[in-house]
Amino acid sequence: MKLVSPGAFAKNIVASVQEYSLLSGRAIGNLFTNPRYIADTFTQMDSIGVGSLPIVVLTGFFTGCVLALQAAVSLKEFGAINMTGKLVALSMVKELGPVLTGLMVSGRNASGMASELGSMKVTEQIDAMRALGTDPIRKLVTPRLVATVFMLFFLTIISDACGTGGGALVAVVLLRLNGPAFFHTAYMSLVGGDVVEGLVKPLFSGFIIATIGCYYGLRTTGGTQGVGKATTQAVVASSVLIILVDFLVTQLMIGIFGR
Amino acid sequence: MTLPTPDLQVAAQPSIEMPPGAAIVEFKDVSIGFEQNHVLKNISFRVERGETRIILGPAGGGKSTLLKLANGLLKPDSGEIWIFGKPLSGMSEREIFELRAHIGMVFQESALFDSLTVEDNVAYRLHEERVPEAEAHDRVVEALRFVELEKAITKFPPELSGGMRRRVSIARAIISKPDLILYDSPTGGLDPITSTTIIELVVKQRDVSNTTSLLITHRLQDAFTLATHRFSQSTGHMEPIPDGKLDPGTKFLVLNEGKIVFDGTTHELTHTQDPWLRAYLE
Repeated sequence: MKLVSPGAFAKNIVASVQEYSLLSGRAIGNLFTNPRYIADTFTQMDSIGVGSLPIVVLTGFFTGCVLALQAAVSLKEFGAINMTGKLVALSMVKELGPVLTGLMVSGRNASGMASELGSMKVTEQIDAMRALGTDPIRKLVTPRLVATVFMLFFLTIISDACGTGGGALVAVVLLRLNGPAFFHTAYMSLVGGDVVEGLVKPLFSGFIIATIGCYYGLRTTGGTQGVGKATTQAVVASSVLIILVDFLVTQLMIGIFGR
Repeated sequence: MTLPTPDLQVAAQPSIEMPPGAAIVEFKDVSIGFEQNHVLKNISFRVERGETRIILGPAGGGKSTLLKLANGLLKPDSGEIWIFGKPLSGMSEREIFELRAHIGMVFQESALFDSLTVEDNVAYRLHEERVPEAEAHDRVVEALRFVELEKAITKFPPELSGGMRRRVSIARAIISKPDLILYDSPTGGLDPITSTTIIELVVKQRDVSNTTSLLITHRLQDAFTLATHRFSQSTGHMEPIPDGKLDPGTKFLVLNEGKIVFDGTTHELTHTQDPWLRAYLE
């Protein structure tokens, strides 16, 4: 393994953050100027949103199921098994729905973006695009950014609903709890701040998935091996950032809403 | 071989406004390096209107980098590059994108978009310019006819051979009738027969449209074919220029280790006394 001096290592990190910030800034800036690639945005919405629907539904559903099972065991000790609905709903809406959906979509789409753009980079298709007078950030990054942020928002809502539904199914079928009571406690436990918190998080996660995936794709070097490396780095970086930003947003929301 | 349609026969006069006396391409003391390796050092040369400049040199000598600099795909560390009489250094990214509408580029490995059909690849620039679909289709057919690949219009790049991909790449480069064409090793990795077909297309484009071009090649025979042949519109084929004459618009630039070791005409190159050049040519 090649050793790098701490100075060079620090410089590399600063340069990477600078490159990433410039890419993100330009991707956002392109939203306000022509040309806009509307058709590409819809194509990406289909690929990212509709394409991710099965894994998001399954993940959300089974997470809700497991949550209900685990919660019931602990709540039973305190004689509060009827609070299972509350725990499932709060956990899904505030935390698990947004984070797990972000992680699943990251695993599927940040990798897809990095490998697609990385392959285009190493086969000079990105250079060809620029040579043909098209800004690759405008054509490739901005539509993916808009599509991911937009679709992740709705995928999170679907995940929350499936998770709560899964929890309810387990509560009724396996735990022999009262179904309407489950939904009643779930509904009553949620306040506006919880829903806002749960719906703000996917906006950040969507931004991270698209920009990190595209960033690693566009800086790919070294042929097919480089594409594989870029893909792995994109998934790792976006997953870690999603959890980090989740923590920061949670802290911020607790500060704003007090819960 | 079908003759080119009159529509492709554009005048040598560039469609872009240029100051009087300006060269199509001018490098002034240009240097560039990557990670402390100097790739090009103090490069200066001019390419005049209608000229075909063949860039020769050993692999790793900075030829592809030079072409990417000429298209603004890379920025030099020092020196100035003037394209159509305008300095690239003073241009914004948006202005460079507009300038590239006047430049066609053929990449070393074709760089066709895998997910698009041949038609969409060739029409890419037209679609970006929002040219009506019917007109774009007609122009694609015309460009593909020029490279004799009309039948491949519905195919995808992975279905094509290397030579066919290179021809599609040429069609994509010429569809907007550019004022400058940059060929990055258009015959690289191709068999001799296919290479000759590609060179014939380059000669055809040069003699039919008089487009200024820069062409990188590793094959000396391709370079000298360009210098010694012309395209005959009556036969529709490339033929040797009679009496052993040379094409006056074809000139050479030889790079070695990032420096220009020769800049001149075919006659000057073949009569050089420089020992390294003689060894390289032989």
